[in-house]
Amino acid sequence: MILLDRVSKIYNRKSTAIERINLHIEPKEFVIVVGQSGAGKTTLLRLLTREEKPTSGKIVVGGIDYDKLKDKDIPLLRRKIGVVFQDFKLLPNRTVFENIAFALEIVGASTKEINSTVPRVLEIVNLKNKSDNMPYELSGGERQRVAIARAIVRQPKILIADEPTGNLDPKYAWDVIKVLEKINRFGTTVLLTTHNQEIVNKLKRRVVTIENGKIISDRSNASYRL
Amino acid sequence: MKRAWTTFYRVLKAGFVNFFRNLSLALPAISVMTVTLFTSLFLYIANATFSNTINQINNKISITVYLTDAITQPQLKDFQKQVKELANVKTVEYVSKDEALAIYKSENAGNQNLLQAVDETSNPLPASLNVTPYDINKIQDIKNFLNKKQFIKLQDPQLGTSYSGDRKQAIDRIAKATTVMREAGIGGIAIFALVSALIIFNTLKMAIFNRKDEITIMRLLGAKPWFIRGPFVVEAAMYGFISAIVSIGVIKVMFTIFSSSLQASSLGLLDIGYATKFFNDHFWILLLAQLVVGLMLGILFSIVATARYLKLRTSK
Ligand SMILES: Nc1ncnc2c1ncn2[C@@H]1O[C@H](COP(=O)(O)OP(=O)(O)OP(=O)(O)O)[C@@H](O)[C@H]1O
Ligand SMILES: [Mg+2]
Repeated sequence: MILLDRVSKIYNRKSTAIERINLHIEPKEFVIVVGQSGAGKTTLLRLLTREEKPTSGKIVVGGIDYDKLKDKDIPLLRRKIGVVFQDFKLLPNRTVFENIAFALEIVGASTKEINSTVPRVLEIVNLKNKSDNMPYELSGGERQRVAIARAIVRQPKILIADEPTGNLDPKYAWDVIKVLEKINRFGTTVLLTTHNQEIVNKLKRRVVTIENGKIISDRSNASYRL
Repeated sequence: MKRAWTTFYRVLKAGFVNFFRNLSLALPAISVMTVTLFTSLFLYIANATFSNTINQINNKISITVYLTDAITQPQLKDFQKQVKELANVKTVEYVSKDEALAIYKSENAGNQNLLQAVDETSNPLPASLNVTPYDINKIQDIKNFLNKKQFIKLQDPQLGTSYSGDRKQAIDRIAKATTVMREAGIGGIAIFALVSALIIFNTLKMAIFNRKDEITIMRLLGAKPWFIRGPFVVEAAMYGFISAIVSIGVIKVMFTIFSSSLQASSLGLLDIGYATKFFNDHFWILLLAQLVVGLMLGILFSIVATARYLKLRTSK
């Protein structure tokens, strides 16, 4: 599903974010990426969404070879991947409902479909009563849950979640993880980055540890270890 | 097909909704567009009014060729024909001796002394050709033609030809002034249009710059460029629409007040009476022109201004 072959990303001479990373993720896998702040986790995810181009190396996601991907086809690639951004990236001038609906409008979903799907997803993240609020009227944790709802609403084959529990208290954090697990059970490949030791330990999944842009360990059924 | 309409409807709706949610960003853009459209329309009407005034002056300038009493009918016909064929001659009007007398009498109806000086039997007034030129600047050509020997002898030996009572100098001055005024008017409008187009473009650019993060987010979610750009274009088109309506509305109110309070007196050089009539006669076409210009400015500028944020190039 996801293949990285000797991928490096050098932002500038002073900052090499990713260095010769090899990573292979099977369909339906649930992979946790851990690493200290600045290790290169977000950069890795941004390479997958084509927000950044690798300095060198090969990336293939869902059968699409990024070397052959034309710029005008990038939107089509991004529609296949659900992303929970570390900084949420909600549209500031749109309500919670509209933010989530927007992801569906992009792929041309019918209004009927949108009106039935969005409330369901809002229920999953427990935000039904905030449907008509603007993002600035929400708490950090609520915003994060909107971001999650938006990422899953298109039922993507691949879900990338960058610290989706960063702003949540333990109860909600665990709710979010349960959503991710559920989606994974329905067949979505999940790539999750987190600092939360407890979650990593409880999940007992494949854990990839990054340090200074390099993978220093990659073990299944693993617990948190830096 | 249905999907295309749904998308179109969503773009339109997003544009409208954004307009109302971003009113604080909309106001500067609407203000500069309104001022521009208002001033352009005002200058246009002023220019039309000046042109009218100039035409009126031009029409009053005529060349009167006094004819000798000895002229024969064939000579007259031929002379009149040749004058009429000159490139710069608009009209040639023949005034016979009898007509000249009638005009003289009606003009001096109250003055018995002057009336007694003339009567039908000894009519001292010559017949004449009244020549109206197209362009008073090229009056010299006509003059040269009339001064040819064979034509001089057809003219009244004492009176010859009068260039509006030999006020050639004044005519020359008016001619020069009108040319300068026309050119200055066109030049002024052109410079003003250019400068204000730049200001409008920059204002729209700033409004879009303020929302560049929004564009980035939409791109990251996989929206295609026109789905992102569409609402911005709709929004800017609304700025143009509103500005067009407001600017023409203000002018309408202005002329209503002017023409009722000033009673068509002239405001400096501007003939308010004519300007009001011109505006009212052309109201619908002017409204249409304002709308087209406003909408085009909004649409074109927003397409250009969003372009740089829509490039799908990823950094290497
Ligand atoms: N656009 C950029 N230009 C230059 N350097 C960058 C850029 N983005 C990230 N970096 C650098 O690359 C390194 C990796 O950053 P990245 O955001 O991937 O870290 P991270 O593992 O996600 O950290 P965190 O856990 O704090 O989110 C950091 O040293 C960062 O300063
Ligand atoms: Mg990060």
